[in-house]
Formats: sequence, structure tokens, C-alpha cells
Amino acid sequence: MASVASQDAVTLKTARRRAWFQWNEYTLTIILFLLPTVFFMTVFVVWPIISSFELSLYKWNGIDPVRTPIGLDNWTRLLQDQIFWRAFGNNLVVVVLSIAIQMPLGMLLAIMLERAGRRLIYRIFKTVYFFPMLMSSVAIGILFKYIYDPSFGLINQFLKGVGLEGQSWLGEPNLALVAVIAVICWQYTPFYMILFLAALNGISEELRDAALIDGANQPQYYRFIALPLVRGTLRTAVILSLIGSLKYFDLIWVMTEGGPSNASELMATYMYKKAFPSFEMGYGSTVASALFIIVMVIALASLFLTRRFETEV
Amino acid sequence: MATLKYLPGRAAVFIFALVWLVIAGMPFYFMAMTGFKGRFELFSGGSVFDFPKAASLENFQDVLTRGTFFRYLSNSVIVVAVSVALILLFSAMASYVFARIPFRLNRPLFGLIVAGLVIPLHVTLIPVYLLTKQIGLYDSLWALLGPYVAFNLPLSIFILTEFMRAIPRELEEAARIDGSGPMLTFWRVILPLSTPGLATLAIYNAVALWNEFVFAFVLITSPEYRPLPLAIWEYQGEYSMNIPAIMAVLTLSALPLVLIYIVGQERVIKGIMAGALK
Repeated sequence: MASVASQDAVTLKTARRRAWFQWNEYTLTIILFLLPTVFFMTVFVVWPIISSFELSLYKWNGIDPVRTPIGLDNWTRLLQDQIFWRAFGNNLVVVVLSIAIQMPLGMLLAIMLERAGRRLIYRIFKTVYFFPMLMSSVAIGILFKYIYDPSFGLINQFLKGVGLEGQSWLGEPNLALVAVIAVICWQYTPFYMILFLAALNGISEELRDAALIDGANQPQYYRFIALPLVRGTLRTAVILSLIGSLKYFDLIWVMTEGGPSNASELMATYMYKKAFPSFEMGYGSTVASALFIIVMVIALASLFLTRRFETEV
Repeated sequence: MATLKYLPGRAAVFIFALVWLVIAGMPFYFMAMTGFKGRFELFSGGSVFDFPKAASLENFQDVLTRGTFFRYLSNSVIVVAVSVALILLFSAMASYVFARIPFRLNRPLFGLIVAGLVIPLHVTLIPVYLLTKQIGLYDSLWALLGPYVAFNLPLSIFILTEFMRAIPRELEEAARIDGSGPMLTFWRVILPLSTPGLATLAIYNAVALWNEFVFAFVLITSPEYRPLPLAIWEYQGEYSMNIPAIMAVLTLSALPLVLIYIVGQERVIKGIMAGALK
């Protein structure tokens, strides 16, 4: 790897020694080959971000030809908007619970599958375990809406069968968010399971053999040898889960639309509600821009922190 | 003796495996089973766990023949196929430049595009909606192409660039000595050698776009242009009282991917995990 990098650096240097711009076949290739990417990224990603921030300075319903400039009013409104902060808080709950539930569960399943090796029964288990990743969030949301249904749903019928009282899972403000997070965990645990399984399989056999010969038992092997070795993968998983959870939309929208009374509102669902059904394009853009800032800050912070962590350990 | 000692542990592991099998599989069982039931079977006091009283294909037939399911299916196929083709072509071109041609803006541009991985698409929703209306693409399948391509380029470029960096330079140099310019080399040498990476990315992008909801939700209103995820969402709103029919729709919409998965399990898993596994 290092030799390739230094080789790259050498070619880069010789290229720099030449004129900054030289019209030849390579320049033409660079321009032609990057053109589609730059075009799509500019029109559909970069410009919309800038435009979002600009729109946040207006009061506008999206239809009128006239947009009323109102300075930073939308932003002061956002800072005092309790529903937005509630949505932000809910997003944090989703982040924390997702990581706290999916990572250990995914790791346990991965360890189990790794130890089982290629035994047929466990291969069937693995096939089924991955099923949730094949369905769209929309389909999963609809399916679980009926599983949570107070009268015909799977869960309440099961509870009735064992003599317990059912709940209106998605209708109770203090249950809705947890009920939705349970579905998120159901959907994404297989993702982390496969991720960890690949990492565990990447550890060399000799290392395990050596540990076992030295008298370590299986739990000790995982605790003291395997887990530290897959630390990098764990870190990746946490960052993926963190950033993914902040952007969550589809499943919540289908199951609860953020309700009841904002109990399961997330930043993304709130942004959609403000912009589209209530035609507040200006304020909707403010919420969208805030979401962008929050995600970027957290993403940069986590990258920075983990990189520092890496050098320390 | 040794096996006897580990027996309780093994049993516990096996029970855990079974419990998770039920948790992961039960919703699918419920979905498929209910699809075969009669419209009022759930309401007449029967348990959801029961087998259908008179298993019938009626719901599935209804969905496939009476409704517009095939219209939605073909909408999804068209928009996913065109988007994936564009994503693969554009990302291969860009990755070739990033992996092989040194120039001053190479690293900064690459970094900028990779930063696109974390951008939440919701920040672009309102401007893209307004833009689509302005240029007259609103409420058509083509409206989805732009955002679909743009939001899937960063990951594809990131993965393909790494892939192309691993291709031995000697092959390219041989081509250059034979008088092949960069574009011809890309077409004749690099692209064919990148097929495994392209295949993985094709699966990843196809699955992601097949299930995409937000942009379709915002950019399309007419029933005839709905892709599948939007269609099943609308369907659920219209037929909310006919649970077996909805379950039949869900089963049918999940079926294509499940069938592909059963045929090529390892490839599909690798494709879906492309974002996280390298």
C-alpha cells in the first residue's frame, strides 16, 4: 500500500512540474469523464444545499410569485420551536437505542454463526436472518402497522393467548417511539450481523488456535482476542448507524407519520410536514438546513474523534 | 466427555438461534399466510396464527389482474434500470480519472465527492422539488433520474476507485505502448477488468433504488407514474380495511428480490452490504 502511495506521489510530482494546464489527450479525458458526475452532483446536491439555506431566509408558500424576505426570523423561530427540539431529541433516542440494541445483538448472532461454521441448519438460519434487509422500509412499515394492530395484530393476539393485556402500540404517545425503534432494530440487526461476521471470519485461524492451545476458552477468545481485533469494524458500524439514524424517514412516516401528537416525530418527518402538507417552504428549508448542519457536525466530529482514538490506542 | 460438558452451552445457543429465527421470520410468515386468507377471515374471530381456512389465490389474482400492479412494476423496472446504467457508466468514468490520472485537483475533488456520502438527502428535497416543477419534469418518471443518479454516485465512485487502484498498472502500460490513448484504455482494459466491482455495485444500487420512497413521494402524484414503494403506500391508504389484500400486495412486491436472493444469496448479500464491506 505504502509503495503504491509513494509511486502515486512521484507521478503526481512530475505532473506538477509540467505546466498547470496542458492541452492533451489526458486533459480531455479528465474533463469529459468527470463532466457527468460534476453535472449531476452540482445540480442535484450542491446547488440544492445552497438553495435550501437561501430559502430559509424567506417566508414563502411555494406557489406565490413573490417571496417575502424575513431575514433570520425562520432561524429564531426554529430555536424556539419545541416540536423541532422534541424531534431532535427523538432522533437522539433513535441513535442511542439503535446502537445499544443492534450492535450487541448483531455481534452475538455473528459469533454464533461463525462458531457454527458451515453446518447446514445454521446456513438456513443465516438465510432467514437476512430476510428483513430485502424488503423496502415502506413495505416493512405497512407490515408492522398490522402486526402492531390493537385488535388483529400478531403481538396483541399473542399476548391475549398467554393471558396478558394488549396495547395500542402505535397509538400511545409513550409507546409509539419505542415500538417504531423495535422495528428499526428488527430491520437493521442483520446488516450488522453480516458486517461483524465478515470481520470475525477475517481473523486468521492460527491466532485462534494459538489462543486455545494457550488455554483460553471460547468466551475468553472472543472477549480478549476477537473483539479487540474487530474494533475498526465496530467503529465503522457505530458511525454508519449514527449517521443513518439521523436521516431516518421512510419507516416512521409509514407507521406513525410522526404521531401521535409528535411523540415519534423526527427531524426529517417534521421537515417534510412543514414544507409539503403545510406549504411553508421557507420554514421547511430552515428545518432542512438545520438537519444538514447537525448531520455534518456529528459526522465530522465522529470521524475526527475516531481518528484521534486510533492514534492513541 | 468434552461434548457432554459443552452440551448446556450448545443447547442455549441453539435456543437463541431458534428464537431469533422466529423473530426474523414470523412477520414474513404472517404476511404470506394472511395473503391467502379471505377478506373477512381476520374479523370473524380467527387467530392470525391460524392457517387460512380455505387457502385461495384470490387476493393475488385480484392484485395481478384487476389492479395496475404491472404498471407499477414496470415503472420501477424502467426507472431502476436506467438509473443503475447511468450510475455505473458515470461512476466508472469518474473512478478511472481518480484512480489513474494524476492532476492537481484529483485528491480534493475525490474528497468532496466522498463527503457526499453523509449528506442527508432531505436537505435537497425542497429545491429539487421546485427545480423539477420549473423544468417541467414534475410528476413523471424522469423526474426521479436526476436525484437517483446524483445520490448514488458518491458511494459507487468511492468503491470503484478503490477497485481500479488495485488493477495492475502493467496492463495499462502494455496498452499504452501498443498505442492506445486513455479513453481507449479505459474502454478496452479497465472497464472489462472492473466487471466484478460493477456487478456488486449494480446489485447495491438496484436494491436501494427499488426500495426508494422519499423522492418518489415528493416528485410524483399521478397513479400511472408511481413506482412500487409509492404504489403500495397509496394502496394501503385506499384498502386499509382489506388486510389480506394488502398482505398479498406486500408479498408480491417483495417476491422479485426474495427470488433473486434465493438463487444468488452470497452475491446479493455482498451487493447490499457494499456500503459497509470492502
